[in-house]
Amino acid sequence: MADPIKQFEIVDLFPIARIGNTDIAFTNSAAFMVLAVGGITTFLLATTRRREVVPGRMQSIAELSYEFVANTLQTTAGKEGMKFFPFVFSLFMFILIANLIGLIPYAFTITSHIVVTLALSMSVFLTVLIYGFWKNGLHFFNLFVPKGVPLYILPLIVFIEVLSFISRPVSHSVRLFANLLAGHITLKVFAGFITLLGGLGIAGIIGATLPLALVVAFFALELLVAFLQAYVFAILTCIYINDAIHPGH
Amino acid sequence: MATTTAQTGQSTGAAAPFPPFNADTFASQLFWLALCFIFLLVMMWKVALPRIGGIIDNRLQRISGDLAEAAALKGQSDDAIAAYEKALADARARAQAIANETRDKQAAEADLTRKRLEDELNVKLADAEKTIAATKTAAMSNVRGIAADATKAIVERLIGKAPSDSAVDAAVADTLKR
Repeated sequence: MADPIKQFEIVDLFPIARIGNTDIAFTNSAAFMVLAVGGITTFLLATTRRREVVPGRMQSIAELSYEFVANTLQTTAGKEGMKFFPFVFSLFMFILIANLIGLIPYAFTITSHIVVTLALSMSVFLTVLIYGFWKNGLHFFNLFVPKGVPLYILPLIVFIEVLSFISRPVSHSVRLFANLLAGHITLKVFAGFITLLGGLGIAGIIGATLPLALVVAFFALELLVAFLQAYVFAILTCIYINDAIHPGH
Repeated sequence: MATTTAQTGQSTGAAAPFPPFNADTFASQLFWLALCFIFLLVMMWKVALPRIGGIIDNRLQRISGDLAEAAALKGQSDDAIAAYEKALADARARAQAIANETRDKQAAEADLTRKRLEDELNVKLADAEKTIAATKTAAMSNVRGIAADATKAIVERLIGKAPSDSAVDAAVADTLKR
């Protein structure tokens, strides 16, 4: 049976540079990152090239993605949040396309690596932290002090608020990473059953239809998860950005 | 093909770390992620999003412009309808006034004519009455003369002597009074 973990292996295609003790190489992960970013950029620029007032199907998709993210950001973080629109849009599209490309058989799933999702969530966390302090100064600490809480439990509340704030990048990144990892392992395990049973003769081939049906059903679910996790990541980013803009509870 | 040493454990067994937790690959992944994501961010920020936003804004402006134009045209047509209806009402009122005026004038003229004819008829009537009265008076005086003559003749025949004119006149007048 094929190893369900093998799909997550990073393979160096060719080395690029060596900084100190660490090798920087062009890997399969890097290739799919380039593919995702190139695909997004090419698609959005090619479909909007003619700037039609009455959009065709492809231009509609580009506009739809724009308006979807813009509405999400505006309803969550208000008009001021639109400053971060390029950032949120890039995050959403990058994760969505990376997730969808990962569902193609033999493709590598960039977002199934914790270091990638953690880097993305840390970029959100640092953006919130830096912009929050730059815009609000020390008033940013109001984020940790809810109004109308009795004084004697305030230290406990502040402690919990600070803890939850610090743990945000972890939950933000692990949610995406774990969903993608678990989904791809499940798909691979069921797919492995098909080949395993298929090798056992007629009865095995008949028996293999059950995992095959499961793989089909699970693939549909994974398509939903691919979109949903990108959306969840984007909307949490919007909520965190809203905290940076309006730190009062 | 070069692979990181830690990943070669696939063939040898349990020694390989779980790929997502293999720290040897982190540097490469972070390097390419930063490169790709910053490229994507800049492309979206400077090129793609302003373009799509421009298309959507342009469309909204076009729609609102068309709507405003439609509203203006509707206002104009409403004005035209109001003006037309006012003209129609004015024309109706004027027609009514002219009709009334004409009717009044004709009625007045008819009255005048009627009055003139009546006056003329009255004059003629009065003349006729006067003629009748004169004729009657004349006739009556003739009757009296005839009666007096007849009375004188009758009395002369009866008594053989002609009565005096005054006595006959008085007797005739006395009889005519009854």
